Amino acid sequence: MNQVEIMVIGGGPAGLCAALAASSLGAKVLIAERDDIAGGQLVKQTHKFFGSEKQYAGDRGIQIGQMLLDNAQADPNIEIWTDSTVLGIYEDGIVTVEHEGAHAKIKPERIIIATGAAEKFLSFPGNDLPGIYGAGAVQTLMNVAGVKPAQSVLMVGAGNIGLIVSYQLKQAGVEVSAVIEGLPTIGGYLVHASKIQRAGIPVLTRHTILEAYGDGKVEGAVIAEINEKWQPIPGTEQKIPCDAICLAVGLSPLTELAWQAGCEMAYIRELSGHVPIVDDYLETTRPGIYCAGDVSGIEEASSAMVEGRLAGISAAASLGFGKEQVEELQKAAMSELDELRAGPMGAHIRLGLEKVAAKGGSKICS
Amino acid sequence: MLINDGIPTKDDLDKIYPSPERLAKGPVAIVECFQEIPCNPCIKACKQGAITMPRDINDLPLVDVELCNGCGLCISRCPGLAIFVVDKTYSEDMALVKLPFEYVPIPKAGQYAVALDRAGQDLGWCEVKKVISGGKKNMTYTISLAVPQEKAMEVRNIRVGGYKDGN
Repeated sequence: MNQVEIMVIGGGPAGLCAALAASSLGAKVLIAERDDIAGGQLVKQTHKFFGSEKQYAGDRGIQIGQMLLDNAQADPNIEIWTDSTVLGIYEDGIVTVEHEGAHAKIKPERIIIATGAAEKFLSFPGNDLPGIYGAGAVQTLMNVAGVKPAQSVLMVGAGNIGLIVSYQLKQAGVEVSAVIEGLPTIGGYLVHASKIQRAGIPVLTRHTILEAYGDGKVEGAVIAEINEKWQPIPGTEQKIPCDAICLAVGLSPLTELAWQAGCEMAYIRELSGHVPIVDDYLETTRPGIYCAGDVSGIEEASSAMVEGRLAGISAAASLGFGKEQVEELQKAAMSELDELRAGPMGAHIRLGLEKVAAKGGSKICS
Repeated sequence: MLINDGIPTKDDLDKIYPSPERLAKGPVAIVECFQEIPCNPCIKACKQGAITMPRDINDLPLVDVELCNGCGLCISRCPGLAIFVVDKTYSEDMALVKLPFEYVPIPKAGQYAVALDRAGQDLGWCEVKKVISGGKKNMTYTISLAVPQEKAMEVRNIRVGGYKDGN
């Protein structure tokens, strides 16, 4: 049995920032990361990040990920286990991890769940053909493995992921025939949409995919315009030849561990699914267990990093670390979150957080 | 409409274009950022203090065109690649458009590239006058393109590759 002060589950932007913040106050931290390298989705984000200087805006995601990882690796208070999947959080507080081929048991004093999110899928005929990808997989192939995923791609979904991955495909020399989106408006940042439009990639809102076709692999898609009731408009069908169809149709919080740990959960549509109810300091209803990042609501990586920092500070503070600075650090993180969520693009997050608060949590929200 | 297809309309653009008088004075930044997103690196990028956001980082950037000297430092610093510089005083017939570029191959100064508009449509061959690297960390290039005066407010990209050494 390993005793640790703080165990962080997930080494993405939220988890790394949580570990660094807790360590800066003197706590010893173990990060368990399922992948063979920590960094989460940052390892494939080749575009520049938004936000303010405090969230490293202007730097590319890959650079931010590397910087956080370098800092964590150089930190004597932080141990990172890679290739280590957390299997369960039990009633007695024991966390079990598959680590180096063994079933390791950890007894942490505090737990920060920063497991992130998983991609949603879409139902349509032919969606099991080879050549149908989640946008995240395409990004991993291109930007991590250096493999060109296709010659020509149809992107489904005009949120930030669909727009950004389309841009990165174009940068990798892959033709993107179109980005289609069922909603009447573009969900992602318009600057991303403008950037790909002027590169010749059309963004078609109110369009859906009717089917993927091909003999043993994707050879194309049939798309059509849809009406206000989301029904295809007859006569608008068109065939789009492509050898890959990339789905960027949203994310779901990866909450299995929070469920299993007995944290109170609520379905909050604006936060993209069932999320743990957390308080101002991101502590769940199970004392000593915190959640940060996409696991408690789908947002941008900038917010995930600040949430991680807030959870890390709060978990360390509850163990008696960093007495005088704590309140100031927590306030700074909360005001950064407020600022990131203050604009029209944060409206759904603010509404989601109000619902969390109404259910007994009081997640920070101005 | 911008919100439906990502292409700013004339109405959108009219709100942010500098006056003809200002354009006649020399290079100036055109910030094609129309949505209140939490983002502010442009403020710090500007050494003239010409870009501000009065309330918070969700504001649209305001450009003081009298302070802006069109240096173009902000172009490679905008995460949204939404800033351009237009110099209508470049010559009688030609204007200079500086735009951000993150593709390979990168054209060389003196080569010709196909200029594209905001919808990615072909606007003809234009000479690349200058190519500036954003540096090892920034990695965004700033490309200066000589374009006919009447296309100065249309040209916003170049087609990747197929550059010609002469027109």
